[in-house]
Amino acid sequence: MAEERRQKQCSVSLPTESMKAMAESMGVGQLQEESCAALSEEVSYRIKEIAQDALKFMHHGKRRKLTTSDIDNALKLKNVEPLYGFQSQEFIPFRFASGGGRELHFYEEKEVDLSDIINTPLPRVPLDVSLKAHWLSIEGVQPSIPENPPPASKEQQKTESTEPLKVVKPGQEEKGAIQGKGQNTPAPDNKGKEKGLIRLKPRSTHELSVEQQLYYKEITEACVGSCEAKRAEALQSIATDPGLYQMLPRFSTFISEGVRVNVVQNNLALLIYLMRMVKALMDNPTLYLEKYLHELIPAVVTCIVSKQLCLRPDVDNHWALRDFAARLMAQSCKTFSTTTNNIQSRITKTLTKSLLDDKTQWTTRYGSIAGLAELGADVIKTLILPRLAVEGARIKAVMDGPVVSNIDRIGAEHVQSLLLKHCASVIAKIRPQPDNVEQYRTDFGYLGPMLCSHVMKARTQAALQAQQVNRTTLTITQPRSTLSVSQSGLSGSGGPRTPSIIKVPSSLTLMSPRPGTPSQPSPPATKYIVMGTSAGAASTQQVITLSSSQSASPVTSTVPSATSTLQPLVKLEPGSGSGLTAPRPMQKYIVVSLPSSASSLETKSSVLPSSISSTQVDGGIKLERSDSPAASTQSPH
Amino acid sequence: MAAVQGSIVDAKDEADIKTEPAADGFGNNHANDAGVLSASPGSSAAAGNNKPAAGAPEDQQTLLAVLQFLRKNKLSESAEILRREAGLPEEVLDPKGADSAGSGLGSGADIDGGDASALLSRVTVTAAGGAKAPTKAAGEDQPDVNVVLSAYSQQGDPALYEVYYSGLKKFIESVLDCHRAELSQVFYPLFVHMYLELVYNNHEAEAKAFFEKFSGDQECYYEEDLRILSSLTKKEHMRGNETLLDFRTSKFVLRISRDSYQLLKRHLQERQNNQIWNIIQEHLYIDIFDGMPRSKSQIDAMSGSLAGEAKREANKAKVYYGLLKEPEIELPLDDEDEEAENEEGKPKKKKPKKDSTGSKSKKQDPNAPSQTRIPLPELKDSDKLDKIMYMKESTKRIRLGPDNLPSICFYTFLNAYQGLTAVDVTDDSSLIAGGFADSTVRVWSVTPKKLRKVKTASDLNLIDKESDDVLERIMDDKTASESKCLYGHSGPVYGISFSPDRNYLLSCSEDGTVRLWSLLTFTCLVGYKGHNYPVWDTQFSPYGYYFISGGHDRVARLWATDHHQPLRIFAGHLADVTCTRFHPNANYMATGSSDRTIRLWDVLTGNCVRIFTGHKGPIHALAFSPNGKFLASGATDGRVLLWDIGHGLMVGELKGHTECIYSLRFSRDGEILGSGSMDNTVRLWDAMKAFDDLETDDFTAATGHIHLQDNSQELLLGTYMTKSTPVVHLHFTRRNLLLAAGAYNP
Repeated sequence: MAEERRQKQCSVSLPTESMKAMAESMGVGQLQEESCAALSEEVSYRIKEIAQDALKFMHHGKRRKLTTSDIDNALKLKNVEPLYGFQSQEFIPFRFASGGGRELHFYEEKEVDLSDIINTPLPRVPLDVSLKAHWLSIEGVQPSIPENPPPASKEQQKTESTEPLKVVKPGQEEKGAIQGKGQNTPAPDNKGKEKGLIRLKPRSTHELSVEQQLYYKEITEACVGSCEAKRAEALQSIATDPGLYQMLPRFSTFISEGVRVNVVQNNLALLIYLMRMVKALMDNPTLYLEKYLHELIPAVVTCIVSKQLCLRPDVDNHWALRDFAARLMAQSCKTFSTTTNNIQSRITKTLTKSLLDDKTQWTTRYGSIAGLAELGADVIKTLILPRLAVEGARIKAVMDGPVVSNIDRIGAEHVQSLLLKHCASVIAKIRPQPDNVEQYRTDFGYLGPMLCSHVMKARTQAALQAQQVNRTTLTITQPRSTLSVSQSGLSGSGGPRTPSIIKVPSSLTLMSPRPGTPSQPSPPATKYIVMGTSAGAASTQQVITLSSSQSASPVTSTVPSATSTLQPLVKLEPGSGSGLTAPRPMQKYIVVSLPSSASSLETKSSVLPSSISSTQVDGGIKLERSDSPAASTQSPH
Repeated sequence: MAAVQGSIVDAKDEADIKTEPAADGFGNNHANDAGVLSASPGSSAAAGNNKPAAGAPEDQQTLLAVLQFLRKNKLSESAEILRREAGLPEEVLDPKGADSAGSGLGSGADIDGGDASALLSRVTVTAAGGAKAPTKAAGEDQPDVNVVLSAYSQQGDPALYEVYYSGLKKFIESVLDCHRAELSQVFYPLFVHMYLELVYNNHEAEAKAFFEKFSGDQECYYEEDLRILSSLTKKEHMRGNETLLDFRTSKFVLRISRDSYQLLKRHLQERQNNQIWNIIQEHLYIDIFDGMPRSKSQIDAMSGSLAGEAKREANKAKVYYGLLKEPEIELPLDDEDEEAENEEGKPKKKKPKKDSTGSKSKKQDPNAPSQTRIPLPELKDSDKLDKIMYMKESTKRIRLGPDNLPSICFYTFLNAYQGLTAVDVTDDSSLIAGGFADSTVRVWSVTPKKLRKVKTASDLNLIDKESDDVLERIMDDKTASESKCLYGHSGPVYGISFSPDRNYLLSCSEDGTVRLWSLLTFTCLVGYKGHNYPVWDTQFSPYGYYFISGGHDRVARLWATDHHQPLRIFAGHLADVTCTRFHPNANYMATGSSDRTIRLWDVLTGNCVRIFTGHKGPIHALAFSPNGKFLASGATDGRVLLWDIGHGLMVGELKGHTECIYSLRFSRDGEILGSGSMDNTVRLWDAMKAFDDLETDDFTAATGHIHLQDNSQELLLGTYMTKSTPVVHLHFTRRNLLLAAGAYNP
């Protein structure tokens, strides 16, 4: 295998077509095939030489990632003028385009409107370098504090739960011993004896230390207590603390029992608190929740579809709890559903069953619709849209018919608005353009006219958003799914779509909202959604920062609407991470445009839009859409 | 071309040189002259003719190339000096000056009693040589590199290279197991040189095929070099390629037992395999030893460097690795100590204990260099105070061991945006400094005492200079802050080092300079220029005043703070000098390099006294044990190697890290070795045990063959993961608390 790789190393060189393309961009028309070959060989050699020098600078810069400045330094070493205008720490500013069988990487230089820059509020100044001390180890034992990595990694928790009695093979023994020793050294003095034994029984202890018991008591009391500030603190702790895995069974039992009791007592406030705990647990990147889903999911589903959640259903807003729980449900489906546990299909089945039942109460009906709707556009399309006519008739019966009870009426109203909200955007996508009220009425019955107006609203909104999409090159296809936003960045297999930063000034703000310290709690105004399995994986971790001042609920719905003044900032790191797209075996053209020659390049390649025209907008959207389904099926967790 | 007549002084020296190699010189000169005569243009011919006569043809050839270069560039004086130092006769390269030397020769012949006709013929010969000179000069405009490369010009059938190589491979695979490992060492250098020969002779396709066929057979640790080699496919590429020049200018050193060598020799002679034999003769240096052939693991432990193993004689020089005697600071110590103890309310007498720590300074260590071998700066009062503090702290030092691991305090640099490139901590752990990719150096105070600048000159005038607290009064309280930023470099700062007295800070950078900063005024005092390329590392001597630096130009330099030019230049590494460390006694310094060797240099003479090979990647961390006996080194291959300086031997290998090691540090008493790496871990190793095991071992010092036990796991005492923070620096405080530092990389 190594041999194979080396062979590749030996033969890789730039294709001659690249030479031609470059010559063309410099104004040299006809280039002999031989001269192209000779040139490409020479250029490949020089590029490799420079890359090898650049590696040296990377090593001395104590980084894992090669940056453009390394290349510049390597060029300086050879007494070559460095390339100006490629100073970027975080990503490679190349964009990709293809067409007519040719693939092209180019350096996009946008025309910047000065008034835009002047009018945008000044970005926050990046934080200055600062020094922070913490204990990495106290007399050989690593304290479990947020500054240190979690004592048991997620993978470890997983193997423990899935293979509790895994036989340790002789080869693995050593490795396990090191890990065990490093990660929770009980006492180094008896390590010699322990070495062989340590992996033989699962290490998950079932007794909590006194500190842990105290912590558990404090946290649970704060979570269901009356002080909101304390609760926020406790939830923050649950969501970030790396050392909770030992307490996880207690928390999950606490939640499931709490829901059981409080549903009977119709204690809405407590149910909301418990759901927020579930949310916090799910947000904690260090916990392996799979083991406790059997307790958590029933609790969540209860909060979605229970007939009665509060003492006075006509006044209390139990709908919000149902919405919130439905979102939690959707999130856990996305995160944990696999082909073996079938969470999503089982949930869908349960919800559909209660939806189809005629005797279902309005509250349950609302819950099941909300639960299904949160699962995404496909579910809405296949399961809810066909029911629209039936549900419409049922709502009509309540609305227009004799007043049976106030509660039924309110329930029907809520179901109606829920259906309109979720279905409109889906219909807007799948139905062809002219929205005819009559057509809608025949198709959807009672709800038809209202749907029609909602769909039209949704269309205008989508158009607005599309403009924004094109401008920012973000891949937001639907206003909701933040997960798929981050996904689509990952899914590009060859990393052809390197997203670029929206604007120069806002690219600066990119730096500031990154959590400065490992433990720093986020300021209340902005909300960080950190996606990615672990904080450590530099290549996959993506920080999506959605700054929105009106973030009311802590759910993922904080994506700003199209009219929102604040723009989403997405920082994406290109998968490959190195500036060298050259030595790939695929045929690609790299056109490096220096600032001076940029204008000639733009005129040459007509693919590049120099201004935003409407056709380009459409094309842009299509490209994004075609990618998104594939992206959303892939789950990072 | 300048004639030699200008230097009258040389005339006498010439005579000296001539009489010295009386017997040899005569014939030698004659041969040379004849060479010049018969030679049509081309410098290589003249050089080539020298070979049979001179003792070390390779060296002489290189020398000649250098001489030629000097003369061509009108540096006649330098050429003359070099010629004299090398002991070469003047005519070697100087056909023009031959007429002036003719008389000298003649007199020499007279002494020898040669007959007149011989004399006459020689004079005509030299005259003819002089006449021919212009044509020769015309042919000389090829670059001198060609002289070096020309060794490749021999032509063999390119198609046969593969046959030769695979023939040898078959043979080596068929020999007895005990010899196979040793003979397999030949593969890599042979492969490289055969490939280069093919490329040099423009057999591109054959070269490529050869590479593809056999590159997979090479040891995995040569992969990096092979990558460089693979990109080199044309003769034009060979010019200016440093790696290639390394292969050419230095012989690849192999250590092979006599039996194995004989086996190889017999095989090659039987097969008339001249191609391979020539390469072995010309480009390889085979260090033959008597005794058992080495095993595969023994060989693997030592190989991996760019130019093979170190020759055995390279590590034979005596090294004074002992520590210098500590100066006696008795009286004030007692007073201070007692006072301090009383203040703390502990009237316990610590005196006897203190004596025990100072006992080692009573007797001169036989391995220590003399106190004045290197002139050291005199101790100032403030230094003495510091020593006293040090003594006091050391009495409170925790004794570390496998059962008593140090606590680790981690200093995380936040918001550094991947820009942290170097860190240093003062010996008393009061200041911490960071070098950044944005060319800045920042200094933090980690104690409550803030950093203050000295007042301006006008304000200083107002101070009462007689007062006791004048040192306090000169500081400007208005400038107090926790950190200060130093601007001056114009490239990433790759190394920083505090002076032992905490008054200065050194930093070296990509811009090729080393800068000295004052920590009293927080300004730059000196920019030391000398390295024209990036400077990778710098360090103050443990006694201050001197410092060393090493960089991309492949040399390490020794400087004194008050000289703008280096005092010594240590040349010998075949690639970048990546890290530099002073020996605790300041008489030696170690340098690690990208050529995957570590060299130990004598500061006094500038000689290289040790070459350590065994790493498989560029070396990025070095640490001397506090007793000066051992050296630890860490490289990009993720391994820590331990070396015995006195014997020049590898004594241990610590495996565990998965990425490049950037920092190594021994605890104050040398029991624990800490290592920090790019893999976000700090690991602690039982250094005591590693060195103890060795001392009970029977030294096979004579042969230098080591048996390394694979006991890394037993020696590993702890692994501490950080949260995505590569560990860039480690430091043991005087009380043996381990400080680690790195930048958080989200």
